[in-house]
Amino acid sequence: MQQRQAPYPQIEHTDPSGQTRKDFVSDQEVRWCPGCGDYSILAQVQRVMPDLGIPKEKLVFVSGIGCSSRFPYYMNTYGIHSIHGRAPAIATGIKSTSPDLSVWVITGDGDGLSIGGNHFLHVMRRNVALKLLMFNNQIYGLTKGQYSPTSPIGKRAKSTPMGSVDYPVDPVHVALGANATFVARTLDVNVKHIQAILKRAEAHRGTAFVEIYQNCNIFNDGAFAQLTDKETKAASLIEIEHGKPLRFGKDGDKGIVFDGVKPQVVDVAHVGEEALYVHDETSELSALVISRMKAPEFPTPIGVFRAVDRPSYDAMLQDQVERASAGNETRVQDLLDEGAWTIE
Amino acid sequence: MSKAVETVETVAIRFAGDSGDGMQLTGTQFTDTTALAGNDLATFPDFPAEIRAPAGTLAGVSGFQINFSSEAVFTPGDAPDVLVAMNPAALKANLPDLKQGGMLILNSEAFTAKNLTRAGYDGDPRDNGSLKNYRTFQADITGMTLKAIEDMKLGTRTAVRSKNFFALGLVYWLYNRDMQHSIDWIKGKFGDTDVGEANLRALKAGYNFGETAELFDHNYEVKQAVIEPGRYRNISGNEALGLGFLAAAELSGLDLFLGSYPITPASDILHFLARFKNLGVKTFQAEDEIAAVCGALGASYAGALAITTTSGPGLALKAEAVGLALMLELPMVIVNVQRAGPSTGMPTKTEQADLMQAMYGRNGESPVPIVAARSPGDAFYAAIEASRIAVTHMTPVLLLSDGFVATSAEPWRIPDMASLPPIDVSFRTEQEGFAAYLRDERLARPWALPGTPGLEHRVGGLEKENLTGNISYDPDNHELMCKLRAERVERIADDLAPTEIGGQQSGDLLLVGWGGTYGPMRSAVAQMNERGHKVGHVHLRHINPFPKDFGEILRRFDRVLVPELNLGQLVQLIRSRYLVDAKSYPKIKGQPFKEAEVIEAIKAQLEAH
Repeated sequence: MQQRQAPYPQIEHTDPSGQTRKDFVSDQEVRWCPGCGDYSILAQVQRVMPDLGIPKEKLVFVSGIGCSSRFPYYMNTYGIHSIHGRAPAIATGIKSTSPDLSVWVITGDGDGLSIGGNHFLHVMRRNVALKLLMFNNQIYGLTKGQYSPTSPIGKRAKSTPMGSVDYPVDPVHVALGANATFVARTLDVNVKHIQAILKRAEAHRGTAFVEIYQNCNIFNDGAFAQLTDKETKAASLIEIEHGKPLRFGKDGDKGIVFDGVKPQVVDVAHVGEEALYVHDETSELSALVISRMKAPEFPTPIGVFRAVDRPSYDAMLQDQVERASAGNETRVQDLLDEGAWTIE
Repeated sequence: MSKAVETVETVAIRFAGDSGDGMQLTGTQFTDTTALAGNDLATFPDFPAEIRAPAGTLAGVSGFQINFSSEAVFTPGDAPDVLVAMNPAALKANLPDLKQGGMLILNSEAFTAKNLTRAGYDGDPRDNGSLKNYRTFQADITGMTLKAIEDMKLGTRTAVRSKNFFALGLVYWLYNRDMQHSIDWIKGKFGDTDVGEANLRALKAGYNFGETAELFDHNYEVKQAVIEPGRYRNISGNEALGLGFLAAAELSGLDLFLGSYPITPASDILHFLARFKNLGVKTFQAEDEIAAVCGALGASYAGALAITTTSGPGLALKAEAVGLALMLELPMVIVNVQRAGPSTGMPTKTEQADLMQAMYGRNGESPVPIVAARSPGDAFYAAIEASRIAVTHMTPVLLLSDGFVATSAEPWRIPDMASLPPIDVSFRTEQEGFAAYLRDERLARPWALPGTPGLEHRVGGLEKENLTGNISYDPDNHELMCKLRAERVERIADDLAPTEIGGQQSGDLLLVGWGGTYGPMRSAVAQMNERGHKVGHVHLRHINPFPKDFGEILRRFDRVLVPELNLGQLVQLIRSRYLVDAKSYPKIKGQPFKEAEVIEAIKAQLEAH
């Protein structure tokens, strides 16, 4: 059936000059461990908010359980710190009821992919117009150091003294598999990059999924060191951008070419820039192939894998209600009276 | 020449056949026609969980019982006076319930060797004398249906499907019913199609068969009941719940949001409410029970009248989110249409064994108000009451219905919406003096919706500081908050009307019940009163908190008896709360109480005195 093109919900954007970063800082003391990557993410979200131009009373942050899920307490907006894994479902209820709110889900790799895996899948399948930020530190932090569904196989943690025998899942793959309309990845310490991705996510008119690699300096320190250390990051990280060739390495000396659907690392000097694959974020193939590039054979991609437009669940629901209720004169009394007879 | 007519007061008929035989439709048609004829009535559909169990087997037998009378009726009837059995399995499964001397109408064509074997009969029960205590009538229902439509050249399959209308027509004749309602229904449903024509012909053929065949020497008449004047309709419990929530939305001015996951026997509430987007209703068919309740919680946070509907296994999954709702102090109604448990249990069979789950089935000290629906029509008012408590006391509320209330139907006097009190709801907008957990005289906190400038605040499942709602691990604060949450539920009793006592207002024995056992308990108490016994009856709408006058009422009677479709749950709550020696009368067979069973239990209590 042809999907009816529904109007998108209008989130009111006002002159950003009225709000500053401080307006978004709550009076609660931030209680993550010193050195935690969450601090940087919080700071970037608070920094970006004034630029988005959304009045803070229109913002709702919803989280589940875990270190990352303390996030809403620190935002001076509306917020719910809910139960383990269920934030996407609660946020779906909020957005379905009030499509004019800007709803942000904060989750982690355990919260979103283990206990909440089901909701993670379905919120993206439905394309509810909310933002979903997943802080991925590849470990359970709040419960003090068990391996998570994104920990690499063989991970030695408190619950796996001989190393885990669980194969990990990649959040970006799950999101693409669920047909998410916006899928991106960024890094906690990459300040500019996070800000740019957050702005793109906010502007997206469906579920915007952003995986944020985040360092847990207590239980999994250095999980992403390869991507953040000065010496290694150039060769290990590739920033993908729509319409731009895939280049990485020191001074962009390396690039990616596609041999059919098989990516290959090449020297740019050898093949020339025009031979490099140009990323297209509207192409499913592009997103799938690039997201499958894994270390050590390939650099780890960050950036927007996929961004396509598709009517959102809340918008279509709202549209049905508006069409059904336009000119409605039915009252509950009419429904009660259906099939009635009178006894004199 | 017309046959003689005998007037009778009350008749119970059970239609039984394969689950694909259309017995529920036959029963519903007979019900509507009987209501229009002015009888009082009650029905009980009893069907298997399998949509199409193997044909001809006991597992596939579907039944529909209707009890109708010229007097007031409160139950579907203990034992049917008439059993219509469409095949040997239907006979075998239902014969033990038929009254001695009752009328048995058999579809003779279906009594083949193969069907007898499938039903587990060694020989043919028609030939071995096992039916001698009944007035047995055999009619080749299938054959005559086929004859009536043979010139239409329909496939045998299509034709055989019309046989339930033949049976309906025959019973219409037997009870002197006007066929016009069913004729109109068939025309409306099937229009000018072959199926419609076949059904009409089968219906009329069945009626004419009764009139002309030498089988029955007379038919029966049940005169109009004396019913309070007013406007009436037939209503099932699930439909009434749906209408009740629509009414609560209109009375409160809130938009209705339902988060639900399909589950027997609650799914019909979702189907019903999904039709009313024109009234602003949003229904969310979630990915699971947990997402359903969480979706509702989010909707409540955003200012909707939020409900979630389920049955016992679903309530188990929702428990954590219900705990969150009570911690966030947000309104929500959780409907549990109870079915036989534990685990998957018997999904289409009724039971009341989730009371303790509703009362205590969450971690920590987590009091939730409990409201129960006693009959199909009463479910309408139960939904309004649960909604009222939720939004005026800012709390999740558990509404307990059950499979019997949900699927049975009764004539119901239609209320006038204008006569129902409005539900007062106000959203906080005033910034001055706002605190997230500031409480009013009911101990309800403000409902401050996202989008309201200046009231930005955070709520969560961690223990919160009194007034501010900030996270708090302070020992004294935790104890204070636990007590406040308990007291908030207790104060609901302040607004409750005095408890109604049926029968004697004091005396030898008080019957206490809740939920779908109302009909047989009321009838049993009325009978005992007629025989001069001093028996009273309280049927609780509110189980948490109990009404304030309940303790005093319990002490007006020498003995207290609590019949329940479980192994004794309400009785435990009553004993522990009021220290009275209340006795349990449990039944846990997936079936409602029979009036006779309750009467026997009352007698046993009185004699033990």
